[in-house]
Amino acid sequence: MIDTLEKPDVQLTQEEKQLKRVLIICSKGKLEDVYAALVMANGALMEGIEAKMFFTFFGLEAITKKGADHLHTATVGNPAFMPAMPTLLAGLPGFEAFASFMMKKEMDKLDMPHVTEFFEMIEAGGGEIFACKLAADMFHLKKEDMLPQVKDIITVGDMYALAAGDRTQIIFI
Amino acid sequence: MIMETLLTPTLELDKEGYLKNPAQWTPELARDFAAKANIVLTDKHFDVLNWLRAKHAEGVPLTIRKVGASGLVDIKKFYELFPGGPLKVSSKIAGIPKPASCI
Repeated sequence: MIDTLEKPDVQLTQEEKQLKRVLIICSKGKLEDVYAALVMANGALMEGIEAKMFFTFFGLEAITKKGADHLHTATVGNPAFMPAMPTLLAGLPGFEAFASFMMKKEMDKLDMPHVTEFFEMIEAGGGEIFACKLAADMFHLKKEDMLPQVKDIITVGDMYALAAGDRTQIIFI
Repeated sequence: MIMETLLTPTLELDKEGYLKNPAQWTPELARDFAAKANIVLTDKHFDVLNWLRAKHAEGVPLTIRKVGASGLVDIKKFYELFPGGPLKVSSKIAGIPKPASCI
């Protein structure tokens, strides 16, 4: 009993190691959600951490040639966005486009790249971008509809294989 | 050699090993810092290092994107020159503070 209690705590002696790899799953297509995924993937690469991205469901919009640079933020059903704004007004035609335009303008001030340029940066840094097969089938999207940085359309099983190995984290957005 | 240079009492490093006073930087010191990161510096490396130092002196916040737009290297080449986190590694070698950028 005393022996057990006196055993040194092995965990305390272990050296802390940096993450080796992150897999970021983006299932949403709102501007702020996609940017969260992009910033985290690019940020990982900047720290010398491998980054893989997997886009599924509405997140697929972010990797389509047509949609990538035209993402919107939601002005309705988004209580943190202009809390004083009545929902009915926020739902008026053109309001969402205007709000998204204003948000992109603020991002430009911070020197944030547009979505397609962000993907180019991530690819240049060695990051890999994948699309979900099931969602692509559902939305009738093919590889040629997607940005050139999209490496492949893969199954959920293949996605887990991307996160193989220890010191890997999966982040779901 | 590396230790000697780095341990020179006049050189002050911060907790993470970045040079506190960029004015103390020399190309020799850069080679020592680079050796610690397993990098052998070429002229191309020095082009980037000098650019980073100049921009830092101007007070420009540095990002990988700006390095990519510098005309010296593209982003891919930047990652190749300074593997394992290019902006951090290159800033350390360039003798400027740790970059405080998220992009």
